[in-house]
Amino acid sequence: MTEQIDKALAREYEAGFVSAVESETFEPGLDEDVIRRISEVKGEPEWMLEWRLKAFRVWQEMEEPDWAHLSYPKIDLQSVSYYSAPKSMKDKPKSLDEVDPELLRTYEKLGIPLVEQQMLAGIAVDAVFDSVSVVTTFREKLEEAGVIFCPISEAVHKYPDLIKKYIGSVVPTKDNYFAALNCAVFTDGSFVYIPKGTRCPMELSTYFRINEQNTGQFERTLIIADEGSHVSYLEGCTAPQRDENQLHAAVVELVALDNAEIKYSTVQNWYPGDEDGKGGIYNFVTKRGICHTNAKISWTQVETGSAVTWKYPSCVLKGDNSIGEFYSVALTRGRQQADTGTKMIHIGKNTKSTIISKGISAGKSNNSYRGLVRMNPGAEGARNFTQCDSLLIGDQCGAHTFPYVESRNPSAIVEHEATTSKVSDDQMFLCRQRGVDPEKAVSMIVNGFCKEVFKELPMEFAVEAGKLLEISLEGSVG
Amino acid sequence: MSNENVLLSIKDLHASVEEKNILKGLNLDIKPGEVHAIMGPNGAGKSTTGYVLSGRDGYEVDSGSATLDGQDLFDMDVEERARAGLFLAFQYPVEIPGVSNLEFLKVSVDSQREARGEEALTSAEFLKLAKEACKQVNLPVSFLKRGVNEGFSGGEKKRNEIMQMILLKPKLCILDETDSGLDIDAMQVVANGVNSQRDSERSFIVVTHYQRLLDYIKPDFVHVLADGKIVKSGDASLAKELEAQGYAWLQTEPTEDEIED
Ligand SMILES: Nc1ncnc2c1ncn2[C@@H]1O[C@H](COP(=O)(O)OP(=O)(O)O)[C@@H](O)[C@H]1O
Ligand SMILES: [Mg+2]
Repeated sequence: MTEQIDKALAREYEAGFVSAVESETFEPGLDEDVIRRISEVKGEPEWMLEWRLKAFRVWQEMEEPDWAHLSYPKIDLQSVSYYSAPKSMKDKPKSLDEVDPELLRTYEKLGIPLVEQQMLAGIAVDAVFDSVSVVTTFREKLEEAGVIFCPISEAVHKYPDLIKKYIGSVVPTKDNYFAALNCAVFTDGSFVYIPKGTRCPMELSTYFRINEQNTGQFERTLIIADEGSHVSYLEGCTAPQRDENQLHAAVVELVALDNAEIKYSTVQNWYPGDEDGKGGIYNFVTKRGICHTNAKISWTQVETGSAVTWKYPSCVLKGDNSIGEFYSVALTRGRQQADTGTKMIHIGKNTKSTIISKGISAGKSNNSYRGLVRMNPGAEGARNFTQCDSLLIGDQCGAHTFPYVESRNPSAIVEHEATTSKVSDDQMFLCRQRGVDPEKAVSMIVNGFCKEVFKELPMEFAVEAGKLLEISLEGSVG
Repeated sequence: MSNENVLLSIKDLHASVEEKNILKGLNLDIKPGEVHAIMGPNGAGKSTTGYVLSGRDGYEVDSGSATLDGQDLFDMDVEERARAGLFLAFQYPVEIPGVSNLEFLKVSVDSQREARGEEALTSAEFLKLAKEACKQVNLPVSFLKRGVNEGFSGGEKKRNEIMQMILLKPKLCILDETDSGLDIDAMQVVANGVNSQRDSERSFIVVTHYQRLLDYIKPDFVHVLADGKIVKSGDASLAKELEAQGYAWLQTEPTEDEIED
């Protein structure tokens, strides 16, 4: 039976193609000069360069962390190229007509048409290809509502005050090794600002694509929801199938001011490497949001890709009554390794957090949940609920949970539940006896296991997640 | 015996589980529309028969044959046998948390329709059928939304099995002690569900320990399975006899001739 399940999970990686795009790519290597050159091609102001250089010096003093339940050959950061952009992007195309059709085709193949007429009506997309943003759609429509949605490289020029004020304010430069590296070499990513009292009229989304060989992708996203505003943001990512490991080290910062709400969803489908663990993306990501009074940040992630995932989307619940949520599905198979979870830092009074984590391990993979719930002394009446479920498929995989609780306020309540289960022979036999083929049966059982998380995804993304794990009939009973 | 007009034909079937011989020369022919009851002591191989016919992993066929509608069952995968019209109602239905009953039913029905080259039903069409089936087995419609067998009582699980049978419209239904653990009302519901599906085409194997189910589902034949083979066959009156006398008196009798009848 395990054999059949393995076959079922060994889906082809459909996003594994390479686009024939001529690129300008830096020679591999990392030093101050490379950082100056990145800053220069982006035409950045002096203050931005200074910020990068400072980060670089901080980073040079740091060491790669090794506390995660992961084992992988260290990446030689001198063999990575830190900038790659399609040549056609050099003249900064002003409209879609001027964008290299091969780039548009790439996104179309990935199911993200960038021509507005063909797009899903309710979603604006920022398409990032290697180190640059190719297109950001529906910008005018968003501007009418006062919403800013643009590449962060552009925001550095256009909205320097906002960038200066908020960049590094949630994830400080020295936060960790990969975040510091990102501060020094980040290339592009999305910037979002939602004005006071505004409900963003569309879903915003960024689609990250790595194409070039031997490059790292270091994107940076900053989302600011001003007082009483609301935004839902989606993120997707894929990369070609290559035998070498590639590094992706992103930083995402969310700022939810008083009474604001940010919903951030990710479907992570970086190339996972082959059955034997050859190739695949190393995904080392720092994501964190800060909630001011009555604000809410909700992270939902579906992690199916990457050879190695190191990722802990977190919430700093600074304001009273603020709310943090983390809903996660992490599926590992083959030789994939994931060490993922969240941190909920309760600072304000009556802050609340919910953590629902679903880990699915198959093949020879390793899947760990690592979560920290901290109740600071001032967190009167704070509450956390954590539920951590692991599903094992076969008997060669590993599932681990590392929950850390630090409670310094006696009135705070922390609840933790954890389960481990298996896709059983009985379940498989029942499905097959009803005529369902084994592949479908596995995906149905796995989907059922993930249901609580999937229902948190925006509709359009639920479809994508569903394609990844093959959902059907979700929510069709009225 | 000619194969003409036989739905299920089991010939001299020997099967084992974990190297242990369980079925030791089982013979049984079932024609379309017939209801056969199988009774017999615990451990006789009744459940094993259902599992071997449906192809469960770990149940090895050592020799003999079984055909459904002339097709060799042992040549097919589990799901192919199901699509060919074989349905097994489980003695102990398993839970699938988070997968709604409706989703499970629709995926099952769609899979079987697809295999027959039929179009998938729309969600609305299917929902209507599913609601009707719920009513037939006396389960509230809200059970469609709940996870498959998740937190169901024993009786609800058994009724859920019958609901699946109603929606899948199999040719051969094997009910493995569907009446065990049910009170008289629940048993009647199950019996009514089965009776509503009886027609001149559909056949049933009803495994039971109790005569009382057979008061509601009137069998055409009753067989006694003991130590891996059928030791006695008769009509409905045999069940009454068994109820009165138990199985012990049968086990010493020569039975080969009767089976070949
Ligand atoms: N999975 C199994 N592993 C080991 N022995 C089994 C298994 N299934 C059935 N058996 C054995 O096979 C024999 C017949 O079992 P079963 O078919 O369940 O009998 P019945 O349904 O008639 O009570 C019993 O001795 C039982 O212990
Ligand atoms: Mg039994």
